[in-house]
Amino acid sequence: MSTLRLLTVGTLLHAKQISRSPFEIVIALVVPVVQATLAVYLFRSGGEQHRLLEAAVGAGVMGVWSSVLFGSGGAIQNQRWQGTLEMIMLAPRRPVLVVLPITIATGLTGTYALLATLIWGRLLYGIRLHFAHPVAFVVAAVVCVVALGMFGLLLAATFVLMRNANALANTLEYPVWLVSGMLVPITVLPVWTGPIAAVLPTTWGARALREATSGGPVWPSLAVCLAISLLCLALGAVALTHVERRARAAATLALA
Amino acid sequence: MGSEYAIEAEDLRRTYRARTGWLKPQRTEVEAVRGVTFTVGRGELFGLLGPNGAGKTTTIKLLNTLLIPTSGSARVGGHDVVRETREVRRRIGYVFGGDRGLYDRLSALDNLRYFAELYGVPAREQKRRIAELLDLVGLAGRERERVEGYSRGMRQRLHIARGLLHTPEVLFLDEPSIGVDPVAARELRRTVADLASTGTTILLTTHYMAEADELCDRIAVISDGRLQALGTPTELRRRADGRRVVEVEAYGVPESAVDALRDLPGVRETAVEARGALQLLTVHSDAHVDVQGDVLRELAGIRLGRVDSREPTLEDAYVAIVSAAA
Repeated sequence: MSTLRLLTVGTLLHAKQISRSPFEIVIALVVPVVQATLAVYLFRSGGEQHRLLEAAVGAGVMGVWSSVLFGSGGAIQNQRWQGTLEMIMLAPRRPVLVVLPITIATGLTGTYALLATLIWGRLLYGIRLHFAHPVAFVVAAVVCVVALGMFGLLLAATFVLMRNANALANTLEYPVWLVSGMLVPITVLPVWTGPIAAVLPTTWGARALREATSGGPVWPSLAVCLAISLLCLALGAVALTHVERRARAAATLALA
Repeated sequence: MGSEYAIEAEDLRRTYRARTGWLKPQRTEVEAVRGVTFTVGRGELFGLLGPNGAGKTTTIKLLNTLLIPTSGSARVGGHDVVRETREVRRRIGYVFGGDRGLYDRLSALDNLRYFAELYGVPAREQKRRIAELLDLVGLAGRERERVEGYSRGMRQRLHIARGLLHTPEVLFLDEPSIGVDPVAARELRRTVADLASTGTTILLTTHYMAEADELCDRIAVISDGRLQALGTPTELRRRADGRRVVEVEAYGVPESAVDALRDLPGVRETAVEARGALQLLTVHSDAHVDVQGDVLRELAGIRLGRVDSREPTLEDAYVAIVSAAA
């Protein structure tokens, strides 16, 4: 019960802290809207008028992924800059319980991107927000946020030790949303990307949202997404314990 | 409780290793703490004094589990800081000086609520504990404002409230009064003294001698990663026995004049402190030698302000100890 409270309070307060940063909000809203605009024009010129809602959702999921990716790396770097990383790691808690609320919060604030692309599509392009499975879409969005938060935790385990974590984050952004089929179907990608796509929770999360949008079996995709994420959580938890000890040995928790 | 001491440090050492360069990487090693041994009794207020880079913060971080010692061992509340990390963390609070370490875009209340959860304060006690602490540090009524609008003194008080949320047995205060105005610093000292009187063990690092003199039961002087002296303020003050101090306020003293003062017969140490346009020259000499006349003669032609000859203070003893170590 106390663990659940910690996770809930921690997630909400970190989400509040991120949401009050004008920079974070502008990035969360503007970039996905630009990507959604490009996607809408691409889909239109490809004669796939019926898939415009998918384009808006896909661009939104890309925003969630960017938020988690940069959030997991950036948030920890931010904690370092603010001097709060030492203070939270000093708590008598397992490192996973300290870091997970941060990564889930970045997923939560990533949903601003999803909302922005949907509203943008509706207002500017008149895209009808007609979801094949509206309830499943909401459930899938929530599961996606939590799942990506868990995946973010595994990334965070690496980022805690790296002082230049954003360099790694930059190289991961585009390949992952491309390989996961957030916008372009993975069937048109080279075969060798298949196994990589299969192990990424982003692939299954994006697929579940697409199926909820345009029809298809949402739940199996969502179950696979959650299963992979739980594995990431378990690996991340073990890695974080190891990494926290190494960080104490290498003195990388503080800036100096 | 177990151990009779709240803190035990035995031959603590910490070396920082860094690698610079990419094509031709160079490894550098800095020995920040070089074999520090001391104990702090339960309920004691123990001061750690030393110049910048002496190893004070590293020592505190070794004791509060943020760093792992390169060698040596330490126990807090009878628990080993490396092997029983969580046990140690449950028993300690950590407060450091400066602007960082808080969630600026959140309110003080949100900050305290979050850290209360992190530090395992039971949910039913949180509200009362937070209200109590806001009252203690004088932030009651301002708790819903965002921390980014707080003054430095207010942030510092919030730091202290945060460090006390889980009623720690041992409190580490790392230069808590740095950058705080004199009135706020006085209030801070009162809070620290009150905490000590209720039985909390406190390890305090500070640059301010008056603060250490007023608060600490015992003081350890650390320099160059080693303990140079350890004792009560009275005992340490005796380190400067047999000395006399001449203080001269001057404007535009050249380096050559300071060197000349150092060479005067009977002079043990000289120090120059810049205070805006003014320079404060401190000349330590043997007590039986009156160097004031010689000092003024060496400074002839330089614009002078107040000239004072006095008994050594704790600060002078500290300067003597640190200078001897250099």
